[in-house]
Amino acid sequence: MIRFILLQNRQGKTRLAKYYVPLEDSEKHKVEYEVHRLVVNRDPKYTNFVEFRTHKIIYRRYAGLFFSLCVDITDNELAYLECIHLFVEILDHFFSNVCELDLVFNFHKVYLILDEFILAGELQETSKKAIIERMGELEKLE
Amino acid sequence: MAMSGMRGLSVFISDIRNCQNKEQERLRVDKELGNIRTRFKNEKALTPYEKKKYVWKMLYIYMLGYDVDFGHMEAVSLISAPKYPEKQVGYIVTSSLLNENHDFLRLAINTVRNDIIGRNETFQCLALTMVGNIGGREFAESLAPDVQKLLISSSCRPLVRKKAALCLLRLYRKNPDVVNVDGWADRMAQLLDERDLGVLTSSMSLLVALVSNNHEAYWSCLPKCIKILERLARNLDIPQEYTYYGIPSPWLQVKTMRALQYFPTIEDPNARRSLFEVLQRILMGTDVVKNVNKNNASHAVLFEALALVMHLDAEKEMMSQCVALLGKFIAVREPNIRYLGLENMTRMLMVTDIQDIIKRHQAQIITSLKDPDISIRRRALDLLYGMCDVSNAKDIVEELLQYLSTAEFAMREELSLKAAILAEKFAPDLSWYVDVILQLIDKAGDFVSDDIWFRVVQFVTNNEDLQPYAAAKAREYLDKPAIHETMVKVSAYILGEFGHLLARRPGCSPKEIFGIIHEKLPTVSTSTISILLSTYAKILMHSQPPDPELQNQIWTIFKKYESSIEVEIQQRAVEYFALSRKGAALMDILAEMPKFPERQSALIKKAEDTEVDTAEQSAIRLRAQQLSQTSNALVVTEQSHANGTPPGGQLSLVKIPSMSSNVDDTSADGRLSQENGTLSKVDSQPPSGDFLGDLLGPLAIEGPPSINIHTRSSSNSGLEGTVVEATAIVPAGEQTNSVQPIGNIAERFHALCVKDSGVLYEDPYIQIGIKAEWRAHLGHLVLFLGNKNTSPLVSVQALILPPTHLKMELSLVPETIPPRAQVQCPLEVINLHPSRDVAVLDFSYMFGNDRVNVKLRLPAVLNKFLQPISVTAEEFFPQWRSLPGPPLKLQEVVRGVRPLPLPEMANLFSSYHITVSPGLDPNPNNLVASTTFYSESTRAMLCLIRIETDPADRTQLRMTVASGDPTLTFEAEGVHQRPISEHSHSYRNSSDTASSSISSGSTQQCSRILDGSWGNAGCSFMTT
Repeated sequence: MIRFILLQNRQGKTRLAKYYVPLEDSEKHKVEYEVHRLVVNRDPKYTNFVEFRTHKIIYRRYAGLFFSLCVDITDNELAYLECIHLFVEILDHFFSNVCELDLVFNFHKVYLILDEFILAGELQETSKKAIIERMGELEKLE
Repeated sequence: MAMSGMRGLSVFISDIRNCQNKEQERLRVDKELGNIRTRFKNEKALTPYEKKKYVWKMLYIYMLGYDVDFGHMEAVSLISAPKYPEKQVGYIVTSSLLNENHDFLRLAINTVRNDIIGRNETFQCLALTMVGNIGGREFAESLAPDVQKLLISSSCRPLVRKKAALCLLRLYRKNPDVVNVDGWADRMAQLLDERDLGVLTSSMSLLVALVSNNHEAYWSCLPKCIKILERLARNLDIPQEYTYYGIPSPWLQVKTMRALQYFPTIEDPNARRSLFEVLQRILMGTDVVKNVNKNNASHAVLFEALALVMHLDAEKEMMSQCVALLGKFIAVREPNIRYLGLENMTRMLMVTDIQDIIKRHQAQIITSLKDPDISIRRRALDLLYGMCDVSNAKDIVEELLQYLSTAEFAMREELSLKAAILAEKFAPDLSWYVDVILQLIDKAGDFVSDDIWFRVVQFVTNNEDLQPYAAAKAREYLDKPAIHETMVKVSAYILGEFGHLLARRPGCSPKEIFGIIHEKLPTVSTSTISILLSTYAKILMHSQPPDPELQNQIWTIFKKYESSIEVEIQQRAVEYFALSRKGAALMDILAEMPKFPERQSALIKKAEDTEVDTAEQSAIRLRAQQLSQTSNALVVTEQSHANGTPPGGQLSLVKIPSMSSNVDDTSADGRLSQENGTLSKVDSQPPSGDFLGDLLGPLAIEGPPSINIHTRSSSNSGLEGTVVEATAIVPAGEQTNSVQPIGNIAERFHALCVKDSGVLYEDPYIQIGIKAEWRAHLGHLVLFLGNKNTSPLVSVQALILPPTHLKMELSLVPETIPPRAQVQCPLEVINLHPSRDVAVLDFSYMFGNDRVNVKLRLPAVLNKFLQPISVTAEEFFPQWRSLPGPPLKLQEVVRGVRPLPLPEMANLFSSYHITVSPGLDPNPNNLVASTTFYSESTRAMLCLIRIETDPADRTQLRMTVASGDPTLTFEAEGVHQRPISEHSHSYRNSSDTASSSISSGSTQQCSRILDGSWGNAGCSFMTT
């Protein structure tokens, strides 16, 4: 199960934070700080997995952005690693050639997309097409 | 640049981005928060658009890491907005700002429920999403049925149903009771027929959670899972949009295989075959390709397939295929795959016996221990730890030690713990173990927890052969210029205890040892100073004849610390100073520490106790548990047999279950055993549960020994075997270990009075069992003396203190009982004449420096010499009448008896070899019984008994005993009393039927007519 998802830039600014476990605010800040420190200095030649407390972080870097998922020790690492990539592909498709600024100014859209992709810490929909179409439907409602 | 569509929000975000520094950003944020706060105060004046905009701003500020402690109410209230845009913001921002524990959320339950059961699909989606992401127990209880309905509804679009599936999963995780197994299993199976892959993917996650808790209920889902896997992996029957780099939804494949791992096995041969076909295809057909995403996705599936194959106990061929694949993976350069290779190999060790194959890769794995990536090093460490056994322990532990010097801080503690455990578990010899631990302390002292050095001290203390070696090693380390404080502690401790064993070596005189230890004192902390003071006291004690110069030096130090502000140090200094002036008495007080009771290694316990937190319990762990239940733990076999070492040669102290329970029970047992008065105890301090108490407590100095032996009052029965009550107490000066018996000694004795084999006594070190055969006046007993430890019990002595009526001969008891051995000592008994006196076994042994002495009653009691005999009315009555009264016939009234039906009383009698003759007495409330007693003086002698009960008051009864021998009559009468009189001593916790069945009254209530002038008093009750 995904415990939380973080999108952070190299400076540690959080661009998206989604928690599927109940954490207090202070704990969230601590987690964000620690995860950033954990992943930011890792060599690109290293694994995409790193232990974090009693869980593990599956992370991937796209340009200056780190996408980190915190999952259970027993979860399938590669499946979650590709789940990050699928999410990035969806964002890329939605914003056509996504960059960090898209995510900054449209952070509320990112939340919407994420809610169509992952729910309750589990994958909900793996079809890019289905998610993009759904986003189209929602935009019409606004 | 894409814009948010809300100008105010975009402007605010730009402002923040343009801030030059954190301070400016804070000012801008504060200004905005102030603005929002003012606006919210006058909520009515806000348009829905404005409200929405401000709530988004709040979320943005929150995301930046600022506290947003207001506006929660506004966010929650937007949920009930009638229009989508506001409602959407309300749901999303609430999901982000609040968690399931917030009270505000409760306010929204009704609105959320209305959205879920309403007809607006978009609203349903919003509500399901929020509940799925942050719903708590209360949501689970009030919404689960509605969510279930949506999931199986045929009128809902897949869009809603997939959200409902995961929402239900969340609610199930919060409270498993919300899914009613009976009705739901069939629905779940139907859901797996779903064509829409979004719904199927979500449902599969739900299924994994359900089967992880209860696979039994979901057997019908098993064939469906196999079908889905076939559909994906074999037939590639899947819409294009669900393939990922050409691979049919790798995520669904992974989830499906995960669900299958929770079923213990697959019975149906066809299903099994189809599944293996698919798995074979995955194992063989996964190639390494250039595209990293495709590669990852296919390997995600491959690794899950490997796990499933391991789980299913596939044929050998397939298993070796898996091992071969893993062997390949741990050698590749691609870090993720190597990481997973190592990880899965470790998992495989838990479920299958592939140690030998994995050992072939040892060199490769050790290479990964030196990888620059800590993630890989960790996996390599885990695998090395898992694959270690006696055959490779030396190599592996030495690698770990070497790595310790260069490892980063984050890993050192784990590394040293693992090295210490392996050294303990698999040491080929004890000196190597000592070497390893001392090296550990030397190289990574900061990361060596106290448990580790406590453990080495325990081993050295308990193994005499090791002591000179350990002392010499400790002495060597002290020569090093800068040593870690833990090293100071451990060497000071060892040299204090065993330094004298080195006396003849150069540089090891008491004076020199003192000198080199004392050099360290200025640099150490107070807890170490305490240990050093103890060491000095011990050195002083060992330097015989006393060296006045050394004595003065040490006394000066004690004097100096008498004014220490640390209470512990001060107390030790004062006490050691005073004690060390007592001359020879010091020898006793500061003698070597006793051996430590064997118990489970705290280290191993620590390692076992680490629990990981996962949403579903790990399939592999479940599997490992199942295996250990059926095959009595892999670990054990692999340690002792697979590696061809004798079990006794191991250091491992892991499996001695009764030990730990003993430690826990001491307080209760201690009290009982004291009251039974059969255990000689000088020190009543129970063994402390933790090593800190053992080692850091004042060394061998204890307060005045608390002699707390309760001598049982014998006023109730002055004739009872007095030998037993007058328990000899070991002289207080003699040091006695605080050994606590396991179980209640009195109860064990009573149980043995009515049966012929069982345990007479048990403590953490020894178990004494007994087996007896009785024939007429002869008894043949065997004592079984079992040493429970891995070290020998020495100075074993067993002495029989027979009463005058018994002739007893005990064969030779060996002085030493080897580790884990049992010796048998036959004991012959001849009964000379009737008596209720009891024989006593005076048993003692040494453990370490302590003498344990117990005095145990032996169950060679009167009723053992009885043989049941049934008599007819024609035989009974003439005999009964021919015995007119005292001393051949005695009677007494017993009061305060627990009401007992006659049949039960008859059972009680027969357990004493007394036959009840039903119908002999015309009064149905009475009971007549007979038995034959054997002794050398009486030969076979008939003994008759009559019990009269009063139906109006069943708490009293009258007992009459008659026989041809006055002593027998008297003694037999007492035997029947025993259950009553003994009772007050064992009722506390009695499981002994003999003693608990007759009476619950105390002895005071039992009015014996027999004391003093029994003859006359007895007459007045005579019948016939």
